[in-house]
Amino acid sequence: MRWFWIDRFVEFESGHRAVAVKNVTLAEEHVLDYLQGYPILPPSLIVEGLAQTGGLLVSQHGDFLERVVLAKVSKVSFQQPARPGDTLRYTATIEDLQQDGAIVRGTSHIGETLQAELQLVFAHLDDRFQGVDQFYPADFLQMIRTFGLLDVGRNADGSPLTIPRHLLEAEALANGEDRS
Amino acid sequence: MPTKEEVFDKVKDSLIEALGLDDDEVTPDATMVGDLGAESIDFLDIVFRLEKAFGIEIPRKELFPEDILTNAEFVEGGKVTETGLNEIKTRMPFIDLSKFEEDPVVQDFGNLLTVSDLCRYISGKVGAAD
Repeated sequence: MRWFWIDRFVEFESGHRAVAVKNVTLAEEHVLDYLQGYPILPPSLIVEGLAQTGGLLVSQHGDFLERVVLAKVSKVSFQQPARPGDTLRYTATIEDLQQDGAIVRGTSHIGETLQAELQLVFAHLDDRFQGVDQFYPADFLQMIRTFGLLDVGRNADGSPLTIPRHLLEAEALANGEDRS
Repeated sequence: MPTKEEVFDKVKDSLIEALGLDDDEVTPDATMVGDLGAESIDFLDIVFRLEKAFGIEIPRKELFPEDILTNAEFVEGGKVTETGLNEIKTRMPFIDLSKFEEDPVVQDFGNLLTVSDLCRYISGKVGAAD
């Protein structure tokens, strides 16, 4: 099972804000099975989708070198359920970004209507976790491409995001290419 | 320069936000862990909020002396040694260690910090007036 709880990034401004969409469909087993006879996207997966949106925003600011983990959901409220056919628009905004973590505010909208809002705390794993990779770098690069993050990603000055060298090198290594 | 009362109010707001507390739960004598239910990850959240609220930088070691409590030089048989206690006193002059000193079990240290300790620390940082 893939742990992808967003479908695509549609906006991404480094260090500031990211917007991703998630389409809810009956083809997802958990939508059908979560509450018998009342198909909805489980709220915990909306939190996860917003955490993926915000987590990648935090991680990108450090060129994806920090190991960013969701440490805490400080607040969360749901205004309405997310039903099959809905498109959720997840917006993550960085409220505070520091060396050891970040606070991110997230909202989920269906059209113009607020569906959920929350506040998340992300932590950077410290030196005790040195050498522990959260992802294989080449797979990670593939994932952020799949999310369209690099298609819409912009630096604060408006220039397009570039792929960090360490990820390109990992990809080349995985593909058996020599980039030296 | 804020007054100590203003410091308390801002600390209180930060704790209410970070820990999801009710207004009347945050009293000066409340311990962060035992009374307010703060867990280790909450402290990161609290520090972020305090730094933002007061526009200051809080070196993590000043509030969380993990490096002392895990250092064999300062801990013996699960208790903080005399040297360790002195080290903590130097680094954290805002905290009342008198009870802890009677039986300085390392594990108990986490529950020492009170709201008023935190206010004293912040007051020192921002030079709060009475």
